[in-house]
Amino acid sequence: MSAHYQIFHDTHYHYDSPVSLAQQLAHLWPRACVWQRCTDQQLQISPDPTSRRDELDVFGNPLTRLAFERPHDELLVNASLTVEVVGRPLLDFNQSPAWEETCNALTYSSQPLSPELLEACRYRFESPYVHLKRNFVEFSESCFPPGRPLLLGVQALMEKIFSEFTFDAEATQVATPLVEVLESRRGVCQDFAHLMLACVRSRGLAARYISGYLLTQPPPGQPRLIGADASHAWVSVFCPVLGWVDFDPTNNVQPALEHITLAWGRDFSDVSPLRGVILGGGSHDPEVQVTVMPLE
Amino acid sequence: MPDLLDRYPLTAGTYHELLDDSGAVRPHWRRLFDQLQRSTPTQLVQRQALLTRQIQENGVTYNVYADPKGADRPWELDLLPHVIAADEWEQLSAGIAQRARLLNAVLADLYGPQRLIAEGLLPAELVFGHNNFLWPCQGIAPPDGAFLHLYAVDLARTPDGRWWVTADRTQAPSGAGYALENRTIVSRAFPELYRDLKVQHLAGFFRTLQETLARQAPSSDEAPLVVLLTPGRFNESYFEHLYLARQLGYPLVEGGDLTVRDATVYLKTLSGLRRVHAIMRRLDDDFCDPLELRTDSALGVPGLLEAVRQGRVLVANALGSGVLESPGLLGFLPKINQYLFGEELILPSIATWWCGEAPVLAQALEKLPELLIKPAFPSQSFAPVFGRDLSEKQRQVLAERMQARPYAYVAQELAQLSQAPIWQAEGGQLQPRAIGMRVYAVASRDGYRVLPGGLTRVAADADAEVVSMQRGGASKDTWVLGDRPPSGEQWKAQRNIGVHDLVRRDPYLPSRVVENLFWFGRYCERCDDSARLLRIMLARYVDGDDPQALKAAVDLGERLNLLPEEGELPERLLAALLGDDWPFSLRSNLQRLQWAASQVRGKLSRENWQALVELQREAMELETEEPDFGELLDFLNRLVMSLAALSGFALDDMTRDEGWRFLMIGRRIERLQFLSGSLAAFLRGAGAFDQAGLEWLLELGNSSITYRSRYLAVAQLIPVLDLLLLDEQNPHAVLFQLKLVTRTLKRLNDDFGAPRETGLPQLVDRLARFDLGCLENPLFGEASVRAAIEGLADLLQEIADASGQVSDRLALRHFAHVDDVSQRTVSV
Repeated sequence: MSAHYQIFHDTHYHYDSPVSLAQQLAHLWPRACVWQRCTDQQLQISPDPTSRRDELDVFGNPLTRLAFERPHDELLVNASLTVEVVGRPLLDFNQSPAWEETCNALTYSSQPLSPELLEACRYRFESPYVHLKRNFVEFSESCFPPGRPLLLGVQALMEKIFSEFTFDAEATQVATPLVEVLESRRGVCQDFAHLMLACVRSRGLAARYISGYLLTQPPPGQPRLIGADASHAWVSVFCPVLGWVDFDPTNNVQPALEHITLAWGRDFSDVSPLRGVILGGGSHDPEVQVTVMPLE
Repeated sequence: MPDLLDRYPLTAGTYHELLDDSGAVRPHWRRLFDQLQRSTPTQLVQRQALLTRQIQENGVTYNVYADPKGADRPWELDLLPHVIAADEWEQLSAGIAQRARLLNAVLADLYGPQRLIAEGLLPAELVFGHNNFLWPCQGIAPPDGAFLHLYAVDLARTPDGRWWVTADRTQAPSGAGYALENRTIVSRAFPELYRDLKVQHLAGFFRTLQETLARQAPSSDEAPLVVLLTPGRFNESYFEHLYLARQLGYPLVEGGDLTVRDATVYLKTLSGLRRVHAIMRRLDDDFCDPLELRTDSALGVPGLLEAVRQGRVLVANALGSGVLESPGLLGFLPKINQYLFGEELILPSIATWWCGEAPVLAQALEKLPELLIKPAFPSQSFAPVFGRDLSEKQRQVLAERMQARPYAYVAQELAQLSQAPIWQAEGGQLQPRAIGMRVYAVASRDGYRVLPGGLTRVAADADAEVVSMQRGGASKDTWVLGDRPPSGEQWKAQRNIGVHDLVRRDPYLPSRVVENLFWFGRYCERCDDSARLLRIMLARYVDGDDPQALKAAVDLGERLNLLPEEGELPERLLAALLGDDWPFSLRSNLQRLQWAASQVRGKLSRENWQALVELQREAMELETEEPDFGELLDFLNRLVMSLAALSGFALDDMTRDEGWRFLMIGRRIERLQFLSGSLAAFLRGAGAFDQAGLEWLLELGNSSITYRSRYLAVAQLIPVLDLLLLDEQNPHAVLFQLKLVTRTLKRLNDDFGAPRETGLPQLVDRLARFDLGCLENPLFGEASVRAAIEGLADLLQEIADASGQVSDRLALRHFAHVDDVSQRTVSV
């Protein structure tokens, strides 16, 4: 089983006053993973950057560094990708060890760590958008009764977030603290992913933030609209037996053929699609258009 | 002299630096003690006074964040140095160098292969959980493998006489500058003793620091430019940044003074961008680059990290070195040193338990009342707390907190600090105080070199067991005794400076500093101008004998917007002088002057700065509730004198670099604006035909004496105008200033390739052509004189407006980029 997609991700900044100097970091190219292959990728940038460097960041994601050293009034970054996604094996969550056992395996014991455990240990702690608090332990208490297999617990947590929270694009911004999201029970995919990370990590477990895209279905009888989609986010949890397993709390599904992975990190701040520092510019809300087209 | 130790309590179970167990003075303290004993109390009081005066004069301060006034606090320094014997120091110094090497190797591992974590020698929690472990810095290898260029260790001596490490400072260790300043001051208080004891010198340490940075800075053939990056004047140790920058000869810069182009760091100066090769930073790790590190940092330099990654700039200490400041690491270091170097650690750390392992947590909770609990990471909102200070209930709460996230807590045994004598002027006695010592090491070509000395910190009270400058403690100079006289090499004269090396101007003046010098000049003059006008009003008001002159002066004050319009005259005068809510009050202007000066403190001489501090203090002390106008008048007199002194400093003390030029332009533009504006307003008012009015106009223009010596007559319109308007020898005449401003601007614009000012030369012509003859009464009659005066007032107003515009254009041309704000963008 596999699926093919053409994806357009266009970002347009129109500045109130000229920007004299800008540096941008773009996470717009998909990383290579076993269940996904990128067959074509293009990045159109206007104005021409003074310098451009493509490399891998410390998480192994493709990263494009852009610098603009001449005054400009607008910035256009258009990414276009052709991606093939293959199916992932079905996992039996009962095979995962008890969540406490996983936690112990990740905790320091003065014994050497396998490379897999060492990698998982990087994703157990606070990060800029994910603060660890007892609130999150309490919120997820019912999902993690003693002895429950880790991934069943995580699945229950995903369901809990999905059923108790309302998707509301107006309710939050990038910087809305998680405790407020928990309070208001509203937010977007990014908030739900961060919340789930906070719950999992507050229990001493390891989880990554994944940035990517999701195929959406147009309303019945209507054509697919260009630019109607958005970038998406979900999480991946480490299981010592089954490896890293993805969960999408916004849709209460396990990502499969309809999720396209761009990059992963500790949270949004590590992998935001395009961020930078500009000199001048006045106010500058970007227009972002994302289109995910299935290819026959 | 009575016995100094009459009232020196010997606490049992404490190590006394001065005395051995039998109460006898230890041999290496003997000389100092004898000298004290021989001195009369008066001599010691004099020495202490000398010390205090030097601290004040040198402006040594320490900002306390918690201080509601946010004010600089004078640095507290004890008269007596802390003395350490040569053999003991040798041991200590070897331990510190070994530890610096170890910590550097740990950093190289954490930002490289991370073997220590994989092997189980270092908990992943303490690294990946630490907010100063900078992810984007992984894989960066600094020149020479040096992450720690400057390292500091906090030491305490326990009752058994051994020194123990209580903390490591690896990020941007503070205090070395204070140690140097302490040395300068205390060695002067005991010059003979300092020489006879062969106290080891500190200079070599700082020379090594300079050499290391110069050697590692990526520069091909040019001499590397090293800058000292400060978070700014609100930082607790800003004085030290200033001091070190001066001592090391590095420009002191803030994040906004630097910019990154094509992965290269530049300093913004008036004459353009200057490549920076190395940055000695006093800014915290995560604040250094808002692009890749903490995105909410307004203090850093966007793109700095990429410049480091590309090897285009050296940052000392390496970004990310703060991760080693976690107290949780202390317990793991001995094994790591064995693993990496096969050696025992010479210096032990104070017993410290990281609670991330279940059995350790259980033990720590059991012994909670005896322990000090600290956060493992600086990002935690948790202040260190002594278990014994908590109630049973509070301990319970703390225990729950620790159990919820054990790896974030560290338990430490209390260090029983040793005691050293301080001298107390009252009673002429020595008193014991708990002390701790901070010692520094610097990377050199062959290993770490330890500063022979350090910053000894003294507890605030007799029974205090914690030393902290933040909590109001004092400091001591630290004398390491030598076996032989220190070599006479002078730090400053480290290389031969030939004709080719001569430097005539500071090429590295940040534009921000120049802008502030410009405003410093303007505010100096503005304060002087308003002080003169207020003095005229106040004097007439206090005398009360010439209501007409008073009215004319008040009239002028109103026109110049110096006086609020509402209220009774005394209240309005008071508001103009001291009003907090009147934006043009003299006191507000003095505050602005102080602000501008504080921004350029590094460019002002000590005396200059001192004069400003004094001005500010006086202005703040003036009584506003029940003012005594006589006293206020007296204050204005002193103020005008002090401002004259400031202007003298500027003329006499400062080198004529670009900063100075802008300072002077600021002064001249301000004076031109004030003179022409006030003359215009005066001519339109009632005072023009009033002799008393003309008298005070001369006073305002500081020209009474010249007038009197020239005319030996009462003030009359035509000669007064000649003196204040057209006299090209009088620096208080409009034409004089107008010509001066025009000439200065022309030179400046030529030098910077800017277009010439066209408006001003025309105004010079028009003013110079003005014929005072048209004011001669009999010829044309009253009405035509009025018309001529009106015309003159218009011209003067034009000059005043033009000088305002010149100032705006100047700011736009030279300082526009200073205010450009960096902002973050993020899109999904």
